[in-house]
Amino acid sequence: MTLAGGGPGGLPGRPSFIELSARERARAILDAGTFRELLGPFERLKSPWLELQGVVAQSDDGVVIARGRIGGASAVVAAIEGAYQGGSVGEVSGAKIAGALELALRDCERGRPVRPVLLLETGGVRLQEANLGLAAIAEVHAAIVALRRHVPVVGVVAGLVGCFGGMALAAALCSHLVVTRQARLGMNGPEVIEQEAGIGELDAGDQALVWSLMGGEQRYASGLADALLEDDAEAIAAEVRRVSQSTAAPPRSEQAQRFLERLAAIDPGQPPEPRALRALWGRPEAP
Amino acid sequence: MQRDTVQPGLRWLEALTASAGLRESGPRTVRLADAPLGGEATRFIAVVPDAANRFPRAREGEVGLEEGWTLALLVRATIAADRGQRPRPIVAIVDVSSQAYGRREELLGIHLACAAAVDAYASARLAGHPVVALLVGKAMSGAFLAHGYQANRILALASPEVLVHAMSKAAAARVTRRSVAELEELGSRIPPLAYDIASFARLGLLHRLISGVSATAPSPEDVERVRGELAAAILDARASGRDLAVRLTSAASRATRAASIAVRQRLAEQWDAP
Repeated sequence: MTLAGGGPGGLPGRPSFIELSARERARAILDAGTFRELLGPFERLKSPWLELQGVVAQSDDGVVIARGRIGGASAVVAAIEGAYQGGSVGEVSGAKIAGALELALRDCERGRPVRPVLLLETGGVRLQEANLGLAAIAEVHAAIVALRRHVPVVGVVAGLVGCFGGMALAAALCSHLVVTRQARLGMNGPEVIEQEAGIGELDAGDQALVWSLMGGEQRYASGLADALLEDDAEAIAAEVRRVSQSTAAPPRSEQAQRFLERLAAIDPGQPPEPRALRALWGRPEAP
Repeated sequence: MQRDTVQPGLRWLEALTASAGLRESGPRTVRLADAPLGGEATRFIAVVPDAANRFPRAREGEVGLEEGWTLALLVRATIAADRGQRPRPIVAIVDVSSQAYGRREELLGIHLACAAAVDAYASARLAGHPVVALLVGKAMSGAFLAHGYQANRILALASPEVLVHAMSKAAAARVTRRSVAELEELGSRIPPLAYDIASFARLGLLHRLISGVSATAPSPEDVERVRGELAAAILDARASGRDLAVRLTSAASRATRAASIAVRQRLAEQWDAP
């Protein structure tokens, strides 16, 4: 477990990770000089659905798949570009992630381990592709669960989009989940909760409240993420290198009895405040 | 109670197993019953409404915190019980309106609770359990991911109650800055945007679309037909791989999900450095 000190925002003199594009992030994670992009923008594998709706389709559909090495070991990075359509997962971008994980699984089964890393920056399903985005996310989940038996699957949620919807489930399925203070991780975006359950349930405009519930620091401190790092590209790459070679602890998503006991101890009429949850579930020593 | 007329999930659990599936402990929203199907003991699981559920945001058939974790617990118990013997079939009866939307749900990790259910169903499939999802009502968004979408085979009733989508119409309209009428117009010509099951069938993800069967008031003949379809799907699942590759092989998926197939082919070509 890792906890770096300091306040929000990038550190003076340190290279920011959050400010990098998906392509640059993948490059930063891989060992220097080993980045090789698959299905790059010149392949022009665009969404077949967006232009039917008058939306401009980007030629990489907002996902970068890169092979290379991490700490000298064979690796694949799938990086979502948060700046394109909110990092949303459509048919093509979802198939790129699922397909890359499926090939890593194939190689693992043949005795040639490939270390997978997911750089998650996504609002979840792209609603302009709705059911095909959801289908692709189910395939991403399937691949993570299968792959996790062979190698650690490392997820990083850095910010600024965060990680929501079905892709928050993908983050939760990872063997090891790295977050920053600028990350948010939640199943339902605040606006959707407000729409579905009313402003009395959650005021999506109350940023302090939203961050207190689903911010990276809270997720780490309440035991729902494994490492909290500053916005430092070198530190994040070092953490990914460290954990992608290690033996991960049993995944949280396998611990049904433990979490049901925790929920049974909570009164839904008087749920704990976010800070109190840290003491109940996580790391009360965290800031 | 008025809701009884619109609970296809519970109705089908009772029809297929002659049991309401109530357990001695845990939330009343997650029901489990065992019944023979095609000559072998089969486990059926459903998520149903409960107006008195402890967590108020999961009273109308949503998959909430306790539902996600309970699904995980029950599916994992099934895997453990069958270890070393022939893994029994698991049928997920799907009628789930959404994941639970709420402040306490986010705080307490609804994303992890749903992931736990995904993990358990995927693990059951990988352990050799034939996992079949039967869509008899709503199959919405994260709730469908948690309960049904990891199945080896997905079957659906061709009925107006059966709906599949990533988000409710009202919320999808707000997020995409479109009106509900505009969404419906787009859905009528772009299959992945539609909510109805006939449009979903065009995506090639279904193993079978069963027509002429009532979702809400099935006759004994309807139930027998569905039992036959489930048994056939279980045999089909036992005879093929434990992954989800079958979803890309149907004629419908070769047409509608051509991009999903092309992406995988080209990734495979470029996977190893030249």
